[in-house]
Amino acid sequence: MSRASTLICLVAVLGGALLLAALNLGTAPESAAHVPTYVVSLVGKYLCFAILALAVDLVWGFAGILSLGHAAFFALGGYAMGMYLMRQIGTRGVYGNAVLPDFMVFLNWKALPWYWMGFDNALFMLLMAVAVPGLLALVFGWLAFRSRVSGVYLSIITQALTYALLLAFFRNDMGFGGNNGLTDFKDMFGLPLSTESTRVGLLLATAALLCACLLITRYLVTSRFGRVLIAVRDTESRTRFLGYRPEHYKLFVFVVSAIMAGIGGALYVPQVGIINPSEFAPANSIEAVIWVAVGGRGTLVGAILGAVLVNAGKTYFTGALPELWLFALGALFILVTLLLPGGIMGLLSRARKAPKAAAVREPAE
Amino acid sequence: MSRPQEDTLLYLDGVSVSFDGFRALNALSFFIEHGEMRAVIGPNGAGKTTMMDVITGKTRPDQGRVVFGRDTDLTRLDEPAIAELGIGRKFQKPTVFEPHTVWDNLLLALAGDRRPRFTLWARETAEEAERIEAILATTRLGELRRRRAGDLSHGQKQWLEIGMLLAQEPQLLLVDEPVAGMTDAETEQTAELLREINRTRSVVVVEHDMDFVRALGVKVTVLHEGSVLSEGSIDYVSEDPRVVEVYLGR
Repeated sequence: MSRASTLICLVAVLGGALLLAALNLGTAPESAAHVPTYVVSLVGKYLCFAILALAVDLVWGFAGILSLGHAAFFALGGYAMGMYLMRQIGTRGVYGNAVLPDFMVFLNWKALPWYWMGFDNALFMLLMAVAVPGLLALVFGWLAFRSRVSGVYLSIITQALTYALLLAFFRNDMGFGGNNGLTDFKDMFGLPLSTESTRVGLLLATAALLCACLLITRYLVTSRFGRVLIAVRDTESRTRFLGYRPEHYKLFVFVVSAIMAGIGGALYVPQVGIINPSEFAPANSIEAVIWVAVGGRGTLVGAILGAVLVNAGKTYFTGALPELWLFALGALFILVTLLLPGGIMGLLSRARKAPKAAAVREPAE
Repeated sequence: MSRPQEDTLLYLDGVSVSFDGFRALNALSFFIEHGEMRAVIGPNGAGKTTMMDVITGKTRPDQGRVVFGRDTDLTRLDEPAIAELGIGRKFQKPTVFEPHTVWDNLLLALAGDRRPRFTLWARETAEEAERIEAILATTRLGELRRRRAGDLSHGQKQWLEIGMLLAQEPQLLLVDEPVAGMTDAETEQTAELLREINRTRSVVVVEHDMDFVRALGVKVTVLHEGSVLSEGSIDYVSEDPRVVEVYLGR
């Protein structure tokens, strides 16, 4: 959380994204230095996950809210984007219907459901991608924090929340494409999604928004608000006797965090080309918690690092040794919990302090 | 029990609390005057902590009223509202914000706007720094201002928590066993600190340590089975046959 690590992280994210962009657009496809477009989108996907991890770290690392349902906010942001992208297909769909997406024509629907209205407008979509997760978090958090639900009980109901949404979005008559979800996107903001430059643009936008999220969360946790939040995390009842209302603090960060997750989800969908109900799977939310634990809970930068490293590992493993990936993930979580409670960031800060401690003997008190 | 006077700060009126059939407080009534320091003693299970819980809004009584100042009924309010009215509470086990520095602990405790919309943008003002300096001087924690609260000794944590109470600028301080686990020298300094605080505020001290209560030299209320058994100077109550019986057994 230190200033230096934040700065290094910002430079690495922006610099890395720009480098990939240059190597993709600026080199010939047959050149050895060329970065294929699928890699650009793969890294873009990692950065979307990093935004989700940042959102999880904000509530878990600084407010002690272990949300095991954060992927729900991510998926809701993704669905908002997906609905917009579906409406952009227009007559290019299989059935050539200018208004109705293919799956609705297939289901014999005659008109667009009311909740699909407005999603042909990019600004409306952007508003919904943050408003829907934000409102859900507001209602859910208001009920939970007001009743002083915390700890493992809160974790369980966040799991129930994402599972309920999973089941709901699976239903065809919900009008979100059921099991298949939303896919076959053609273009976004008038730019074809299949071109390299759009893919590169999406990567750069994701990198920029990730950096913005990092700066916002860093401001939040280092402000006086953040110090109250940390006090609430460790000794909630004490803050109450000091006159603070912990439920207001928790609710605020929970909503901010959900909005951030929604932004991550909205950026994720055009880069992977599909959104379906499996994004609500409880396992996804748990995986996001593992990224944060691996990187270092309560460090922000660690959340980004953990998300990128674990997902890069996942890409490698699921390609090379697919049957071993879940074992590797489980083993990683156990190892980190037992041996590295501070995650990678904890290890780094220990390594940096160690030589100093050896050189200068601690003065006696 | 006499009627409370004009200058009554806190008035407990027939307060009863039961947990699963166990009567923790049984029609407890007593009052504290403005500027008074009161020691509350009693054997384990006498209801001392429950009494604190009721006053600070943690526990809602089954019966009775708790009146603060002229006519504020505390039983209708929750912890933050009561804290904001001017009642501070120190726990038996020192409870400070361990990851924060001594300075930040005091900053968070300073009386002021508690709402997120304020703390989000708040910048430390010169006036706040001045108030914190004054409290550091009173609690003798000046040297430790940049130290993590979690790294303080037990006694230092107790003082920091008392300092946080001062920062809250309460009218009434409830202090639960402030000298438990302290050395003799620390106990002596704590008594001095409480007397100093009492110059401007009312204080209720719950304590087991009779020597400490004697050192404070204030009016003593003895609780037993959730109500007042005896009240008066330490010499008076320690010779009261009912108190002797409760403490020493038949």
